[in-house]
Amino acid sequence: MKNFFSTKNGIIVVGIIIGVVAVILQKLGNPPNMGLCIACFERDIAGALGLHRAGVVQYIRPEIIGILLGSFLISLFFSEFKPRGGSSSILRFFLGFFAMIGALVFLGCPWRAFLRLAGGDLNAITGLLGLVLGIFMGTVFIRNGYNLGRSISSDKKAAGWIMPTVMVFLLLILIIQFKPIFFSEKGPGAMHAPIIISLIAGLVIGGLAQRSRFCTMGSIRDIIIVKDFHLFSGVAAFAVSAFVMNLIFGQFKAGFADQPVSHDMQLWNFLGMVLSGLAFALAGGCPGRQLILSGEGDTDAGIFVFGMFTGAAFSHNFAMASSPKGIGTFGAYGTIIGIVFCLVIGFAMIQKRKVKN
Amino acid sequence: MNQIDTRGLSCPQPVVLVLSEIKTGNDEFEILLDSEASRENVKRLLNKNKLEFDIKEKSDHTVYHVKR
Repeated sequence: MKNFFSTKNGIIVVGIIIGVVAVILQKLGNPPNMGLCIACFERDIAGALGLHRAGVVQYIRPEIIGILLGSFLISLFFSEFKPRGGSSSILRFFLGFFAMIGALVFLGCPWRAFLRLAGGDLNAITGLLGLVLGIFMGTVFIRNGYNLGRSISSDKKAAGWIMPTVMVFLLLILIIQFKPIFFSEKGPGAMHAPIIISLIAGLVIGGLAQRSRFCTMGSIRDIIIVKDFHLFSGVAAFAVSAFVMNLIFGQFKAGFADQPVSHDMQLWNFLGMVLSGLAFALAGGCPGRQLILSGEGDTDAGIFVFGMFTGAAFSHNFAMASSPKGIGTFGAYGTIIGIVFCLVIGFAMIQKRKVKN
Repeated sequence: MNQIDTRGLSCPQPVVLVLSEIKTGNDEFEILLDSEASRENVKRLLNKNKLEFDIKEKSDHTVYHVKR
C-alpha cells in the first residue's frame, strides 16, 4: 500500500497537524510554550508516580499515553508491529537517562525547543544550536562506524506488548484518580487540557508520526549525513504552523526575559541540548520517535523511554533540573557527566566495518 | 556481488551502509531490509542517486537488487 504520509507532502501535512494540535492543547490548558513536550511530560508522569517529589511538575500526561498507543494501534493495523530488541539495551537506558538530564537543564525536548521558538522564546535559539552541535557530534561517530548492534525480532509478541500495557495502566490510574498518585496543585503540572482531548490529540499524533517517521533529531541528522531534507521539511512545517497558530491566538511574545518555563543562562541552554542531541543521535531518535518505536514493538526504544523516566526522577531528586530561576545546584555536573558518558559510548561502540564479498 | 544486510539495524545504519556502498562505485549490489522505515529511507537514497533497483519480497525481509 502506498503510504502517503511517508512522502514529502505527507510529512509536511503531519508537521502542520502536530504544530496546530500543540498550540491548541496549550490554548486548552497545557502550560505555555509546552502544548507538547515529550521530556517535560514524561517528567510529569515520573512525578505523578512519586519517583520525584517536585510538587509543581506531577501529572499523568495523556499525550504521552496517546502517542505511544496511537503508534501501537496504527502499526498493528498496517502490520508493522514487530517486537524486537537486544541492541545494547542497557546503553540505550543510560542514553535515555542522560538525554533527560540535558533536556531538563534546557527545559524541553526538541519538540518543545521548536515550540518555544514558535512562541517567541529566544532562549530556545541557544538550545537549538546546542541540539545541532550534539547531533553533529553524533554523526561524526556514526560516520566512523559507531553502532549499537543488531536487534533481534521475535515471533513471540509478548515483549512488544509491555509498553502499550504500561500506558493503558497509566491511563486507568489517571481516570480513577488513584489515591497514591501525586497531582500538582500549582505550577506547570497543574496546567493541562481536558483528559479526553489530550488523549485523542496524542493518539492522532502518534498515528501520524508512526506513518511518517517524524523525528526532530533525524531531521537534522539526515541533512548532515545524506543532505536529505525530507524529515526536516516536516519539522520545519511543525515549527512554522505552531508560530502561525501562536500569532492567531495572540500568544506570540518575542524576547529573552520572563519567558514561560524557561531560563536565560545561555551556556547551559546550549550545553544541555548538546547533551540531549548527542544522546538522541547515538540512540537513533528524538524522545517522540522513541515513543513511536516503543509502540511498534521496539523494546530497546521502550528501555530508552524508561531511561528518560528514571533520568527525570534523578534530575529532580538530585537538584539537576533547571527552573525559571536558572539551572539547578548540580545541573552543570549532570550535564558534563552526561556529555562525557556519551563521548565514551561513542568511541567504545565504533566498529570497523566488515566488507563482505 | 556485495550484500548489505541491514536487518535488525536501527536508523540511520541502513542508510549509512548503503551510502558507503554507493561510494565504492560497485556496479551491482543487494540490500536486505526488514523494517518499513528502512525500506522507505533506502528507497529515497537510491532514487536520489538515480540508481535503478528491483524489489524481491522474501518471507521475512525485502531485497533491493541494485544494478547500474
